[in-house]
Amino acid sequence: MTNKTLVQISKDLTAGKYSSRELTQDIIADIKARDSIYNSFISISEELALKQADAADARINAGSAELLTGIPFAHKDLFCTQGHATTAASKMLANFVPPYESTVGQRLLSAGAVCVGKTNMDEFAMGSSNENSYFGAVKNPWDLTAVPGGSSGGSAAAVAAGLVPAATGTDTGGSIRQPASFCNLTGIKPTYGRVSRFGIIAYASSLDQAGPMCKTAADAALMLNAMAGFDPQDSTSVQQEAPDFTADLNQPLQGLKVGLPKEFFGPGLNPQVAQCIMTAVQQIEALGAQIIDISLPNLELSIPAYYVIAPSEASSNLSRFDGVRFGYRCDQPNDLMDLYCRTRAEGFGTEVKRRIMVGTYALSEGYYDAYYVKAQRIRRLIKDDFTRALSQVDVIMGPVAPTPAFDLGSNTKDPVAMYLEDIYTLSANMAGIPAMSTPAGFVNGRPVGLHIMGNYFAEAKLLNIAHQYQQVTDWHLQTPPSNGIPVSNQTKGAE
Amino acid sequence: MALENADIENIALLARLQVSSSETNDYANSISSILCLIDQMQQVSTDGVEPLSNPHDATQRLRKDEITCDNQREAFMALAPAAEDGLYLVPKVLD
Repeated sequence: MTNKTLVQISKDLTAGKYSSRELTQDIIADIKARDSIYNSFISISEELALKQADAADARINAGSAELLTGIPFAHKDLFCTQGHATTAASKMLANFVPPYESTVGQRLLSAGAVCVGKTNMDEFAMGSSNENSYFGAVKNPWDLTAVPGGSSGGSAAAVAAGLVPAATGTDTGGSIRQPASFCNLTGIKPTYGRVSRFGIIAYASSLDQAGPMCKTAADAALMLNAMAGFDPQDSTSVQQEAPDFTADLNQPLQGLKVGLPKEFFGPGLNPQVAQCIMTAVQQIEALGAQIIDISLPNLELSIPAYYVIAPSEASSNLSRFDGVRFGYRCDQPNDLMDLYCRTRAEGFGTEVKRRIMVGTYALSEGYYDAYYVKAQRIRRLIKDDFTRALSQVDVIMGPVAPTPAFDLGSNTKDPVAMYLEDIYTLSANMAGIPAMSTPAGFVNGRPVGLHIMGNYFAEAKLLNIAHQYQQVTDWHLQTPPSNGIPVSNQTKGAE
Repeated sequence: MALENADIENIALLARLQVSSSETNDYANSISSILCLIDQMQQVSTDGVEPLSNPHDATQRLRKDEITCDNQREAFMALAPAAEDGLYLVPKVLD
């Protein structure tokens, strides 16, 4: 049932094929039965979900349902859910029950969607493999020896495994797109400020954006319709009405100008991934698009600049975890300093502590200009690169990640090696432009995503392109092997 | 730039993180390699480039100074690891 799309489930619910309560019960039973394989959920919110499902059924019966009414989904465990634990996959918040709901969560609930639980992730969204979770690593449903990507790895694995039809994610440096790519999903990071950050536990506030992770572009458009829009409670929310993201899905691609930045196809790119991407680009060309070579000369600088800005903002944001007002507190503190230092040492994991220290150092007296301000200047160079490129072309395409999903444990010893995996995704967050991943083939049974980036507020255009591509390809319809072992080692999509 | 163990101890203190002596060396190594990556920024000239802190170059939006929600003191205090009579409890600060 859960390999159905949101669009299909919506039709089934309206037609009375099953109730939201029946669907919700089935999904929760399925998660309980199968998620021990993937570890994609941190918690299930059964009681709340059934209440929401009953309310949705009442709306459906009364004829006042919206498209998402009665449809179960999961939240990345970074979204505050009123009355249900929200952990950020950290020991620090293992017992935190928020007294309020995130704006995104509230919007989805108002649309009648049913939240069945909270998905695993890298602690405080810091990571690219979902191996930095207090609740354990997540396994990729396509290959249980591979990572699902991160930081929204639990959301990606849960949707890919067919446990839920859709999930929310957040993307600070690729955390929606890279797991979507690794798990064969459609995921979009909207323009910075398009989706409210209110009630989403902050990592790097000038980069964080929330978005949907779904099976199809049409589903992602439907989810984004509910999630996006101005929110007075987020001071960086853009005061602009969100359009209907489904309205342009069927526009033809005739005359579309697609830029291919040469920096996305350098020596670091796995040749089989490159072949999948080029095949996809040719298919989009066949739909009427014009392919144009472009350059984003400062792309490589996005890694060092990001790994100054994000940890700096994180060190500031995470200073709120002090063992006084909420969250974990160490036992028997000797004095106030001991309370702070031991609470934070015991409550945070290694990568979170490392990033807090890098950020603290970058912001400390004598280093602020050389690190933080320098990184912000480079950030403008990156934005200017995109502005220049997007005056020539409508969208930019390339790979999401240099490789397909890597093996569990392969990068955990070397943080720099892990950071280099983010090369193609960071720049969209630095510039604040929308970007997405759509399924584009497989390498040795592991999925590969096509990266589509566009101008500010051009989400509808990106979804339109992905939808049109999904009309002529069936990568997005593939489902993982039920035992999590790749069927073959054949390279599909690169012929 | 390579950090010494003493640097890590200083940064950890600023960040209010207790770091055990067995962890200090690991952090010195991994953070030094991260700083080495970060130092690639120095290869490019950014003279005359304005720092970008918000992707839209937006400034803080202000709202009217009016009450927009009810006091939720009890709900928020209930989250505290230790609270009493509307006060957060911490170890004694003054003798």
